[in-house]
Amino acid sequence: MDNIQILLAEPVVLVDLLLNGLLVGAIFALAAYGMALVWGVMNIINVAQGEFVLLGGYVTLVLAGQGMNPLWGVPVAALVLFAIGWGLYPVLIKRIVGRDLFTSILATFGISILIQQLCNQVFGADVQTVDTGLGSLLLFDGRVVVSYAKLLAFGLAMWVGLVLWMGLRFTRMGRAIRATAQNARAARVLGVDTGRVYAATYAVNAAVCGAAGALVVMIWTIHPYIGLPYTVRSFMVVVVAGLGNLPGVVIAGLGLGAAENTAGFLLGAEYQVAFVFLLMVAILIWRNWRLSKDRKVLR
Amino acid sequence: MQNFKSIIAGCLVASASLGLAPATQAADEIVLGAAISTTGKYSTNGKHTQNGYDLAVKRINEAGGVKVGDTVYKLRIIYYDDESTPARGAQLADRLINQDGVKFLLGPYSSGLTKAIAPVTEKHKIPMVEGNGASRSLFTQGYKYLFAVLSTSEQYLSSAIDLAAESAKAAGKDPKTLKVAMAFENDPFSQDVRAGVVDDAKRHGMKIVIDDKLPKDLSDMSATLTKVRALRPDVLVISGHARGAATAVRQIAEMKIDVPIVAMTHCDSADVIGKFKDKAEFTLCASQWDRSLTYRDNLFGTAEEYAQLFEKEYGYKPPYQAAESSAAVMTFVDAFTRAKSLDTGKVRDALAATEFQTFYGNIKFDETGKNIAKPMVLYQVLGGEYKVVAPTKWASEKLVYPRPKWSER
Repeated sequence: MDNIQILLAEPVVLVDLLLNGLLVGAIFALAAYGMALVWGVMNIINVAQGEFVLLGGYVTLVLAGQGMNPLWGVPVAALVLFAIGWGLYPVLIKRIVGRDLFTSILATFGISILIQQLCNQVFGADVQTVDTGLGSLLLFDGRVVVSYAKLLAFGLAMWVGLVLWMGLRFTRMGRAIRATAQNARAARVLGVDTGRVYAATYAVNAAVCGAAGALVVMIWTIHPYIGLPYTVRSFMVVVVAGLGNLPGVVIAGLGLGAAENTAGFLLGAEYQVAFVFLLMVAILIWRNWRLSKDRKVLR
Repeated sequence: MQNFKSIIAGCLVASASLGLAPATQAADEIVLGAAISTTGKYSTNGKHTQNGYDLAVKRINEAGGVKVGDTVYKLRIIYYDDESTPARGAQLADRLINQDGVKFLLGPYSSGLTKAIAPVTEKHKIPMVEGNGASRSLFTQGYKYLFAVLSTSEQYLSSAIDLAAESAKAAGKDPKTLKVAMAFENDPFSQDVRAGVVDDAKRHGMKIVIDDKLPKDLSDMSATLTKVRALRPDVLVISGHARGAATAVRQIAEMKIDVPIVAMTHCDSADVIGKFKDKAEFTLCASQWDRSLTYRDNLFGTAEEYAQLFEKEYGYKPPYQAAESSAAVMTFVDAFTRAKSLDTGKVRDALAATEFQTFYGNIKFDETGKNIAKPMVLYQVLGGEYKVVAPTKWASEKLVYPRPKWSER
């Protein structure tokens, strides 16, 4: 357990781990936010979540290739992905709303394979990344280093989350989305065009993922087959936070980032992902246990 | 059921009449077969491999062809797309051998695909010369018909350890005091590279302080790098394909990690110079080949002349994946000429006795079929270019040691 000794000898390392993890967690939270929305409103588990993130990354890559500042990638990727999401709705998603979960998982899985292979054809299988040219922030005599790209990603992720939350809260479409999530039939009776609501929800999800992807390509790397880990992480965050609990999604996302990074340090990088899954199992067991206490009354 | 059978039978007849029947060999032709990844995750390197094969075939045919005994043959290659999946690769090898009647196979791209195909060629006693499967485990199975022109994976970064020891001595330090940090992806290739590094570090008596296995879907190695900052090793070696190289170069710069020697694999396929500019400076990179090396042959001339021809033909600089593929074709041709026969057994024996120089390097196989005559090359990124710094015999530049600290750049 040399790693724990390092931690005891230099506790400032923990600050570094937690801080970097938190910043990164904001991006997981963003993708998970979209997934929770689609899941809650449309009862669809969007397996193509990671591929939307991927597409956002490629949009940013193309922009940077044109000599534009990669930061433009965040709004542009969101717009492009919004259009893609909107376009996908009448073609495919419309047909799976209201069907059982298995159908929607299969269909969105199909979308994810399609996007992977298209990206491979268009951009090649190479690892791609965009350099923001931003430096790093040094704290504690340079013993804690945070890159400005990550700080920026955190800020942007929080901002996008806030905009989304405000939109759901205060706009007409936001109210319609919430009404549809509560009871689609009642919403229809009251004159809500649920088809439009579904299309908007799916498109907003794609847009949020696109923004996340733009951030991913600025701090990490992308290639056509990197989508799945983002889907899995989003799924996990949503499962842990619960549907319709958007602040919970943010907290779970940030916590996941910090836990993952610290576990990678303590247990070794090979157990980083394993730890995350174990954590999910533990949380599910704990939640089940808590719920079962309440259930006793009903028995 | 009866209907189903007749449909199958109908399909078979139809496919036969559509020309899917065995490809017939023209009398004055030697047909080589290859499963290549033109789609899927290896498609980029698959393309380099194919271009390397094609360029060699073109050049050989232009130069008159292959003289086997008294007959002169032209070369031709049948390609199939293995979709970057091992199972498909094995099927295609079977198809090449049993349906197309191919008697000589060129290797696919990647160790994984080669591993899937080798048992098939071995079973049919079909010689395969490959230039893109470096995994050590390919050469511990007792294969008799597999020959690899490239350096195997455990040699990839061991020269970096030697270089660290040399440099430490020159700086008046005992190599035994050096601390080594390692981060390798958890896949067969990278773990082979790791095994080579561990052996060499042991030989020099160095201490391994970090030994991290990076996950397959690696995108973040900040946990490992935080450890590096705390433990201050003298050498940091990393291998995790292009993903690993890109992630490492970016995060070492972002986190301002200072280590005297940083060495990794796949810098060129990750294009770290193009992507990260001066952040990639002073990084050491393992490579199979470089155009500045002084090897030469009668077909292409020098390594530089090969590189120029390749650029003219395909419009980009030849990566080593292309060079080693061309060398694989040349090795076959050399064996055909010496065997004076197209009998697979005789060609196999001729291959085993290969000893010649190509623009890519010297080629001589040991009894397991791997090339033991060509060392790995180590680049250092200097002034935005890859410069060969090791092995010192062919080096064009001197190693900059230690890497300047980030605060002093």
